[in-house]
Amino acid sequence: MNNFTNPGAAMSGAYLPLLLLFTVSVLNAVGMMVASHILSPRRPTAQKEMPYESGMIPLGDTRARFSVKFYMVAISFIVFDLETIFLIPWAVQMRELGWSAFLAMTMFVVVLAVGLLYEWKKGGLEWD
Amino acid sequence: MTLDFSRQLHYFWALLPEIVLCSWAMVVLVAGVSGSHAPGRVPDDNGDPTFDGGASLGWLSLAGVLLVALFNGWLYSVHEVDQTGMIAVDGFRLFANWIFLGAAALTILISFSYVRRQRLQAGEFYALILLATSGMMFMAAARDLMVIFLGLEVMSIAVYALTGFNRRDRKSAEAGLKYFLLGAFSTGFFLYGIALTYGATGSTNIALIGAAVAGGGASDGLLTVGVALLLIGFAFKVSAVPFHMWTPDVYEGAPGPVTAFMSAAVKAAAFVAFMRVFLVGFDGVYEAWYPVMWWLAAITMVAANLIALVQSNVKRMLAYSSIAHAGYLLVALTAANQTAAAGLLFYLLVYTVMNMGAFAVVLSVSHQSEERLQIEDYAGFGWAQPLLGVFLTVFLLSLAGFPGTGGFMGKIFLLQGAADSQLWALSIILVLTTVASYWYYLRVAWFMWMKDAGTPGHHDQVEAPFALRVALFASVAIILYLGVFPSGVLSFAQASVAGLGSVGGSLLGVGP
Repeated sequence: MNNFTNPGAAMSGAYLPLLLLFTVSVLNAVGMMVASHILSPRRPTAQKEMPYESGMIPLGDTRARFSVKFYMVAISFIVFDLETIFLIPWAVQMRELGWSAFLAMTMFVVVLAVGLLYEWKKGGLEWD
Repeated sequence: MTLDFSRQLHYFWALLPEIVLCSWAMVVLVAGVSGSHAPGRVPDDNGDPTFDGGASLGWLSLAGVLLVALFNGWLYSVHEVDQTGMIAVDGFRLFANWIFLGAAALTILISFSYVRRQRLQAGEFYALILLATSGMMFMAAARDLMVIFLGLEVMSIAVYALTGFNRRDRKSAEAGLKYFLLGAFSTGFFLYGIALTYGATGSTNIALIGAAVAGGGASDGLLTVGVALLLIGFAFKVSAVPFHMWTPDVYEGAPGPVTAFMSAAVKAAAFVAFMRVFLVGFDGVYEAWYPVMWWLAAITMVAANLIALVQSNVKRMLAYSSIAHAGYLLVALTAANQTAAAGLLFYLLVYTVMNMGAFAVVLSVSHQSEERLQIEDYAGFGWAQPLLGVFLTVFLLSLAGFPGTGGFMGKIFLLQGAADSQLWALSIILVLTTVASYWYYLRVAWFMWMKDAGTPGHHDQVEAPFALRVALFASVAIILYLGVFPSGVLSFAQASVAGLGSVGGSLLGVGP
């Protein structure tokens, strides 16, 4: 009986290492924070309490208003970022996956290209 | 042609209508920002003689819908090797596609003057309608929960954007945000339901889930929670009580044509996927979800009809009416037999046409904008605009289920399905709430014909251009035809659901 016909076995068997990894990483992180909290000496001064110790002195509020144009750049970046994430795994396995995967990726890139064309025509690539 | 999904290329054939529709939407989108529609050229109603208010893009989109309809007809000559593929090529899907394509075509036809008057960005508007339609077609085609989810998202995200499309209108923006937040929340339920169902049965394929559930190979606790979460996700999308809270606000705030589209097509798509998942996938645990569905149907019918009685805004009244119709359709899902399934398809078709028709007249009365939506604004409308008045009366009578209209035949078929499963109490609730619904539908007709307009010439400015009249004539013709000669379309619907549950030992044709 394999894992697909018996989900109960799958829960206890195949995913156990994953659970162990998860537990160990959580314990590790929490343990480090607790240990440094208990063990480290603290003698705060005004200088040490600054957000960037021995760095630049902060000026003004961090929540300043900035132009909506930056969001346009950010959105365009995310689109092409995701394109890279899709393209690299495919490129690594390109010969094994064959022509149907090539066709699928071509469609994906064409759809993105249409999006870019739309953004360009709409004036989303111009700063002013 | 026979499709064998072990060859991946065959998916392209199975999805040809969807692929064509998506490509066409992209063409419309790009056409909307180039040439005479370029954003640099500010649309100006008065000065520019070449300004057509996006009508050319509307006709382009309509041509796309007709082209996709051809491909949908072509799919009838295509057969699958076995009924376990990720994409279904069966009559059920193709019948549902006719409903979606008809709804898209009617929406485009009634949008022309609204888009022009409200100065909406026509390219994006029509492209989003086409993309939402393609999402619905994916939902109907899906025989895999993941594909349903993808279709649901494609549809929903396009409709969220359409809801908030009239961004100069505060209500539209509010409705868009409200719909988006609640929709995203319900999507979470839906996705969690998929995950738990996969955990319980070891598959996301609906046919394989059906086999696992019927064979007892699914773990009980996980499956129960998974079914419940999927039920909530779908109930939100079809706006069944108690998951209906968003509906009145969103339908009231959204641009008029979009409300028509949402209340008809989005609901139809959700019901089609709902039916495939529950009647094919979860038929083995019918006893578990049958009482929940029963109560959902009963509460939806009663509550929606009672609240609709006191509405004074016509758009809001139609929103509650659409919730009530979701209740009637849930009766068919509760019955879960062949007659009810065919009745559900028939009713979805009729409901789409009559609801779009009613909204088309509402749009004309409201001057193609969001004003004059109170019921008092309809006083004397019938005598001032006899043709539109008669049309709206026909749509209202059909929504109420008056004999001789398609709505009446639809309810008869739903009742037949309920009777086949011995759902007597639910049938009685359906009939009683229908009787109650006559009050709020006929109240509009009463204002139209029995009341005098406060000011003379109150209805002279009513705007009903050519395209909208085409949509109205088509809707009235279909409703009266289905009301008088329903048997042809009904037997077509029965043939369409015939092979639906042949994998996994479905309830269809068995009854409880």
